[in-house]
Amino acid sequence: MRQFTHILKKELKDFFATPIAYIVITIFLIVTGWFFFSTFFLYNQASLRNFFNLLPLIFAFVIPAITMRLFAEELSKGSYELLMTMPVTFGDIIIGKFLAGLVMTAAMLLPTLAYPISISFLGQLDWGPVIGGYLGAILLGGAFSAIGLFASSITHNQIVAFIVGAAICFTLTLIDKMLFFFPEAILNMVEYLGADFHFSNISKGIIDSRDLIYFISVIFIGLYGTYLVLLQKE
Amino acid sequence: MIHVDNLTKFYDSFCAVDGISLDIPKGEILGLLGPNGAGKTTTLKMLTGYFPPSSGTIAIKDYNIQDHLLKIKQMIGYLPESSPFYKDLLVYDYLDYVAKIRGIPADERHTRIKYLSDLCGLSHVMHKSIGELSKGLNQRVGLAHAMMRDPEILILDEPTQGLDPNQIVEIRKIIRKIGEEKTVIFSTHILSEAEATCDRIVIINRGKIVADGETENLKQAAGREAAIQMTLANASFDAVSQTLKPIDGIESIEKIDETDDGRLSVKLISRSDTDRREEIYKMIKAMDWILLEFYQEAKTLETIFRDLTRQINKEN
Repeated sequence: MRQFTHILKKELKDFFATPIAYIVITIFLIVTGWFFFSTFFLYNQASLRNFFNLLPLIFAFVIPAITMRLFAEELSKGSYELLMTMPVTFGDIIIGKFLAGLVMTAAMLLPTLAYPISISFLGQLDWGPVIGGYLGAILLGGAFSAIGLFASSITHNQIVAFIVGAAICFTLTLIDKMLFFFPEAILNMVEYLGADFHFSNISKGIIDSRDLIYFISVIFIGLYGTYLVLLQKE
Repeated sequence: MIHVDNLTKFYDSFCAVDGISLDIPKGEILGLLGPNGAGKTTTLKMLTGYFPPSSGTIAIKDYNIQDHLLKIKQMIGYLPESSPFYKDLLVYDYLDYVAKIRGIPADERHTRIKYLSDLCGLSHVMHKSIGELSKGLNQRVGLAHAMMRDPEILILDEPTQGLDPNQIVEIRKIIRKIGEEKTVIFSTHILSEAEATCDRIVIINRGKIVADGETENLKQAAGREAAIQMTLANASFDAVSQTLKPIDGIESIEKIDETDDGRLSVKLISRSDTDRREEIYKMIKAMDWILLEFYQEAKTLETIFRDLTRQINKEN
């Protein structure tokens, strides 16, 4: 088996052995559940659109909270030294930790599958956008995990890692809502940078290669940035 | 086995390790000694491939560390100074993780972990999380971690730090046992430990090697002069001085103490290539002195270490 799978498993074990996992998942479910269902019945529509609209904003602070410890903790405790003296490459470490962040995000999303299932009993649910929404959520989770991982690699302090990660994720989420601040010439470019813009396309059930490329590039940039930071530490 | 040539490490402009060259054959236990901040840990970290040297080369067997880092990491087991492990994992889970990452096949993993836990005395804490363990137990987890893949080279950074005397003896025993077949390099600032455990000692100070040799040779080389202490009754210092001074090889005689009831302690310094104990005794016997104590001061590494490191620090 490839080395990164061992790191992935260890991270998951570490994550689920401590209360952080359960606290983060619980908070996520309470916040999404409350905001979604508090207005759900007013709309009188069997759709998850509002849930998916909320998701980027909530992810922007929940995912950095998951990923903040991935590197920062190792750096502050010194276990990074042990990791580096084992026969693993930077690639193994980064991929393993990134996938750990992604799996945790997926674990967090899993209980929310109860929403579409229960809603499908209430009315005619269009499954297209739901499937698109979950696919988009995984992509978004991946992009934010990569950013969070990068934030975690630049500091020994988990709180700093969280704040930096959340700040970047928030910016990407909100930037396409601030378009009126930007000159017309770069409007399209700024809009293209917005994570929320791409996510809302996918969550409508439209899977466009531009949106896929956006998320994959953000993941790549995040992970490559992390790689450069680790290289710098030598 | 290990060939280090002109190894240098700069932290910004501070030179932590300055041109160290070493050849370590297979099966040697090498003790790296030095005062705090001498560059021991930095040297060890470069050997493990944790960070690359600023200049100089490290080769293990025929592998160069620049090109075969992964290969070298596989050959080395490393115990870092403060044994920093994942505090939330259980000891068993942690060792299992190390076994996996070190590529031990699934069917051997359990036996290997069992063997190491017995060897390092961890069997009764396997189900505890590492954060709950005492310093000594943590150190043993580190040792098990380092020995997981039965490495050809074991690098231990202050392995006995923070252990109680019984544990220190145990760890030393383990090191000696491993050292029968493997190459072991460990750093320490406890001299007696190096003396008791190592085949060869390298003393470094301010990033440079100041002494390098087999433990026995080093000890002998240190004693250019030997000291004999004795306590006499019924003798005066002047008389003793006059009687013993003419013996060939005695360079000086010092009075250490003289008590009211007539006991005199003196220290004789002689060249170490001559043994004058018999003659001294005969002289004392000829006089009417009563010999209460007579012993040759053993030259310890401590003296060498202090001489070497102090001298250089004074020069700078």
